[in-house]
Parts: sequence; C-alpha cells; structure tokens
Amino acid sequence: MDRIFFGDNQFFGINHMSEEKARQQMMRFQDINAIADTLHAAYSAGVPGFMCTTHERMIELTQIIRREPEKWAGLRFYPGMPYAHKYANAVTELGPFEALKQFLPSGGLLDAALRGSKALITRDVESIITLLVDAEMKAFEGLETPIVFLQNVVTDLVLGLGYHDAFAIFSEHVKKRYKAEPGFFTMNLPMLLPALDAVGVKNPIICANVNKIAFRMSGGIEAYREATTQRPARVIAMSVLASGAVPAREAIEWVVNEPYVESILFGASSRGNIENTVSLIREADAKRLTAA
Amino acid sequence: MSSKRKVNVALVGLGKMGVSHLAIANASQRLEVSAVCDSFTLLGQMVEKHCDIAYVADYAEVIARPGLEAVIIATPTRFHDEMVHAALAQGLHVFCEKPMTLSAAVSEELAEEAAQRNLVCQVGYHNRFVGTFSEARRLLDLGAIGRVRHVHAEAYGPVVLKPAVKTWRSQSDQGGGCLYDYAAHPINLMNWYVGRPLECIGSELAKQYSVEVEDAVYANLRFGNDVTGQVSVNWSDETMRKMTTRVTIFGDGGKIVADRQELQVYIGATGKAPEGYNDGWTVRYITELTPPIDYYLRGEEYSAQMEGFAEAVAEKRIACVNDFRSAAETDLTLEMIRARALAEPPPVSAMPTAVNAPKSRGVLARALGR
Repeated sequence: MDRIFFGDNQFFGINHMSEEKARQQMMRFQDINAIADTLHAAYSAGVPGFMCTTHERMIELTQIIRREPEKWAGLRFYPGMPYAHKYANAVTELGPFEALKQFLPSGGLLDAALRGSKALITRDVESIITLLVDAEMKAFEGLETPIVFLQNVVTDLVLGLGYHDAFAIFSEHVKKRYKAEPGFFTMNLPMLLPALDAVGVKNPIICANVNKIAFRMSGGIEAYREATTQRPARVIAMSVLASGAVPAREAIEWVVNEPYVESILFGASSRGNIENTVSLIREADAKRLTAA
Repeated sequence: MSSKRKVNVALVGLGKMGVSHLAIANASQRLEVSAVCDSFTLLGQMVEKHCDIAYVADYAEVIARPGLEAVIIATPTRFHDEMVHAALAQGLHVFCEKPMTLSAAVSEELAEEAAQRNLVCQVGYHNRFVGTFSEARRLLDLGAIGRVRHVHAEAYGPVVLKPAVKTWRSQSDQGGGCLYDYAAHPINLMNWYVGRPLECIGSELAKQYSVEVEDAVYANLRFGNDVTGQVSVNWSDETMRKMTTRVTIFGDGGKIVADRQELQVYIGATGKAPEGYNDGWTVRYITELTPPIDYYLRGEEYSAQMEGFAEAVAEKRIACVNDFRSAAETDLTLEMIRARALAEPPPVSAMPTAVNAPKSRGVLARALGR
C-alpha cells in the first residue's frame, strides 16, 4: 500500500474548523483546472495515490486526466463511495422508493422488487448494494483503482444498525468485479474491527481519523491501539492535523509513531503545503527508522 | 460503561432521522432497542431480518410491549401530538424529533403532562449538543458579554433548489416548509440564549421554488428586557454545501459568533473574560470543544443527545437539555412568526405612495461617470 495518499476534501470546501476558510477554498477551486493543478502538485511531489469521492466534479477531473495520460502516468485512484449527500438529498426530496429508482438502472429485477416483492428483503438487498457500487464505479472504468472504499457515513450507519453482512457483500463484490481491495472509511474503528472480523473481512484496510488530540476518534486513542492489537488492520490515518488544531510537524511526528498506522492521507490546497507535508512525513519516517 | 443498565426503548418512524437515531441507539451502551415501528412494512421487515430488531407495524401495540421504558418518535411532525400523548399515557419516557408539535398550546399541554407523570421527555434539537453552541450558552450564563441587546440567528442550505416532488415536507399542515423543518434549529438556539419572544414584529415567509410552503424565513422578534432578535433562514441557497447555522449575540460587554465549527468571542471594556478567554477576540474551535463519544454518525451531537436522553432516563432526571417545555417555547416562536406573516397587510390606501426612482441619472452622476 502507498505510504502517502492525497485526498479531495479541500476541493469541496470541507474544513472542519472554519466555514470562512471552507468558502474560500470553494471559490479557489471553482475552476476545475485549479483542482487538476493542485492534484498534479501532489503527483509531482511523489504522491501518485488520489483518494476521492464520486462527486460529479471528481468525475469531471477523471476526464481531464484521461486526455493527457502521459502527464499522469502511474496515477492511481482510490474512490470512496457513495457520495452520500446526493442520496440523502434525493431521499428527502423524493422519498426512499423514487430515490432508489433514480440511481439504479431501470427495469427487471429491481422494478419488481420495488413493487413490493418480499424478495427485496433478502437476496435483493445484495443486488442493490452491488448495482449501486457499479453505478458509482462507471466513471473510473479503465483507470487504476487498487482499493475501493466505502464512505464513513455508510460504513458507520451499517455498523450502528448491525447489518454487518453488508460489509461482506461489498468486499466480495469489489474483489470479484474490480479485482480491487475493499477499504472502509470510519469514525468508529474500535467498533468496526470486530464487526468486520465476524463476517470474515480479515486484515481490512481502514481509513480513520488518527490524531494527537483524538478528534473524531470514537472511544479514544487507547481504544484504537487496543483494537488494532487484537485484530490486525491496515490503517490509513486521516485528519492527522485535526483540521489544523495540532501543528504539522508535531502532528506528523506523533502519527508515524502510532504502531498501527500504515499510511497517511492528507489534503492541502497549495503546492507549498503539499511539498511541506510530504517532506515532514518523509523526515519523520527517516527519524523513526534511525531510532529503531 | 458496559456495566450500566440498558434502557429498553422502541423506535417509531424509519425515515432519514429515524434510521440515523436507530443506528445511534443500537450502538449505544446505554440503550437496548427492542422494537421498531413504521407503516412501511417492507422497510420494517428488512430491519427485523438484517438488524435483528423486532418489527411491529402497529404503534399502539409497540408501546404496550412488556418491559418497554422509552420510545423514540421520528415520524412526520403531524403525528407527534397523538403519539407522544399515547406514550405518556403508557408511562413511557419520550425522545421526540423536532419540531415538537404543530401547536404551541398542544406542546405546552404535553410538557405539563410529562411533568406530572414524572417522565423524561426530550426533543431532538441537536444543536444544543454542539460544543460551540453550548459554550456560547455557558458564556452568557457567566455574563461574559454583559447585558444582551440583540441576537441574530441564521441558517442557509441547499435543500430545495427546484420545484419539489410532493412529500410531507412540502406541505405546511404536515410540518413541512422552511420554518418548521429548518428555521426551527436557529430559532431554538435563540430561545436557549434569550428565552421566548414577547412578539413577532414583522415576518416574511418567502416562496422561491415550493408551491405550498415557504423556502425562506425572515423575521424580527422582541424579547423581554428589550432584547431584539432577527431570523434569516433560506433553504434554497445553493452556495452552501450543507446546512450552515450561525448565531451572533450582541451584548454591552462584547459579542459572540457561533457556528458548528467555530466560536468567536469578543470581550469588550465592560465584559468579563472567563478563564481561557482574552479581553478582545478569542477564537475556539469544535476540535477542542467536543466531548468524546463512543460512536459517531454524522456529528457528535446526535450521539451526545441520545446518550443524554438515556442517562436522564436511567437516573430518572426529569430536567434535561431540550425538555418538552423548552421545545414548546420554540413551537410558540414558530407560531408567532407564521401568524405575523399570514396577518393581513395594511390596506393599500393606508400606505404612502411609492416614490418612483428617477429614470435618468442626475447631471452630477453623469459628470462623475457613475
């Protein structure tokens, strides 16, 4: 697995600290070329792994990248799905039935199921999950996607509801259909690991907040350490700086020394910040290796 | 925590909020969800099969289940009145989604009934569990910004951006519309900070895309102690990625600006800076103002409010954040705003004649090129 991944939150004005800063980012990345340039800065800094949502702007970005394959040689996509706002808005606007119909291919099995067939309760939930994944993956056809992630809103909802078989369905489908590894975003790593283990998803790839102040680490830092000691997992740390609450150097030095962290996902808006973050990680890694 | 007794609870209404509450309650160490109820049989059966929670189609039947102690009601607003009433009659503690009912008088009656029966009753105004908003309340209690003069409550978001398909949310008699569905949140915060208003001086329920309900709410309110308030809410604002709520409180001794992420506090000459605050500006972030939780879905506040409810029930502590009485205050405020907007405007003859704008620019303006 890559040591460093580049993320896409900044492109959508997602900032967990300041709405003003979020708005400025949204304005800055209004132009899709500004997004492409920033992504290329990460690529040039030695980070060819791009973790992105399936938002339509990212789809637009894949089209730009396809036009200049030589400029982006070796770039890998790590899509996270679904882009939940899209579905949540549709459910509010249309109700659950109509919303589902809008996102799925029409005809056949699904229409029958939606007409009230009891089959929906059992086997067809599986079909719906796999059809939704396929719909989201369409935009990445022909691109390299080594890991396909389930977004945390869905992972954590399913986890809370206790429908853990859904994780196995997702995993199997991603492996079979896309020859990719399944990954899970979560805010609840200590609760998720036993649930995945119970349905046979072993040594899973987990992307979760890992930061010195335990921001959005449900259960706390100790629970993360304990859970990963009991059940192996390949953890990608995100929100390492806790939206800027921890100074970069201090945050990175801390995270590389968390034994369960295998990779780091970060986002930044400028070439300077990207290069700075990458070199801080490389430095911290080198320091740790010398110490060890 | 696992040594604590779990409260036996049922959940009614498997819509967006209901499913979210179900996941949170089901993951909680303090709650045991023993049954779900919804008129949509298929969905109920799916929950029964995949989540291993009993499905009961009939509400009367679900609240009569032996051993049940509490119920979470997440149905469309128009059902709250009867459902809460029936639950209280069964001696159940109630967590009810917001707004409480469509009538302040009914909400007040239910609050009275809950108090008499000694039952814990809470409404889902989750913003009161957001670290920044609750810290603002603490600062007011400490008198940090002195006497409060004005509260400005805003919320904007991209909910209705085109003519909408008809659901309960698009019908005002069912609790739909920007006022009850959206503006209720910032207004509830306003109530938390300065109480219930004495009157609504002016209000506008503006339509943009919706046919039967308003898409924006603009209102001026007057509170006791000469405090004034202003509400500005629009759910057809596509410049926002998601709902953005902000409250600004102006006092003689300073100002507080709070949103979900950030708390900006200005302590002026006559203000009192509490520990951790400077004279002048202090900015604090949600990252440091968020108490830890065990399970996260969509925001710490959703788990925190449910844990708060479970704890209050376990301890039989009737005074809880967002009790029925406080939610009834918000219902009253919503009612005042609607009544003022629907009031007959003064007859045209009583209005001063509109002054027509000059058609051509003045000589001076032309000379200056403006």
